[in-house]
Amino acid sequence: MLEIIIRLALLFCSISMMGLIYRVIKGPSVADRVIALDAIGINLVAITALISIVLNSHAFLEIILLIGILAFIGTVAFAKYLEKGVIIERERNH
Amino acid sequence: MSEIINILIGFFILAGAVLCLIATFGVIRLPDVYTRNHAASKAATLGVMFILLGTFIYFYALEGHFNSRLILGIVFLFMTSPVSGHLINRAAYYSGVKLWDKTVRDDLKEYNKKMMGKSSAN
Repeated sequence: MLEIIIRLALLFCSISMMGLIYRVIKGPSVADRVIALDAIGINLVAITALISIVLNSHAFLEIILLIGILAFIGTVAFAKYLEKGVIIERERNH
Repeated sequence: MSEIINILIGFFILAGAVLCLIATFGVIRLPDVYTRNHAASKAATLGVMFILLGTFIYFYALEGHFNSRLILGIVFLFMTSPVSGHLINRAAYYSGVKLWDKTVRDDLKEYNKKMMGKSSAN
């Protein structure tokens, strides 16, 4: 029973990642694409957890934290680029 | 005992996956950047937190392995995902993405106009 539920959850997460890829390709503005990429990163965390249940090993659970941190840093960098046009400001040369 | 834990794990994982699917329907169907961000940053976060909680219960109850990285991951996602959603919304507003044409209220526009008028008067 648990096997079937976990396979079903993997199917749902894959369908939702495909829908988000549709939004990444089609999205009218850049902010739409960044939102969809952030949600793809979050879904990837879920798929990693489910895969580690399917393979019955806890070797992949460190990757969850890593993917979460990378998705957050990428989203923050994209937001700063959209708002100011640069990511790293150089205003200290005085 | 084991059967109850199986039911609990199944409920958490299935609820999380269905919430992820609903968040994706929101991202596809909603009309506006801001409403899409509302769907993506709240519902998807709750779904992933449910799935991680189910995974934690699985490894703790059936394998006897207390994994602290999963709890760290849950707390980290709970803290950072609304922050990144807010940052993207703010960047979208200031880079000039239009609101939906049926939007009835835009408080930030009036506030910005007032602040601009005050700074030019000074």
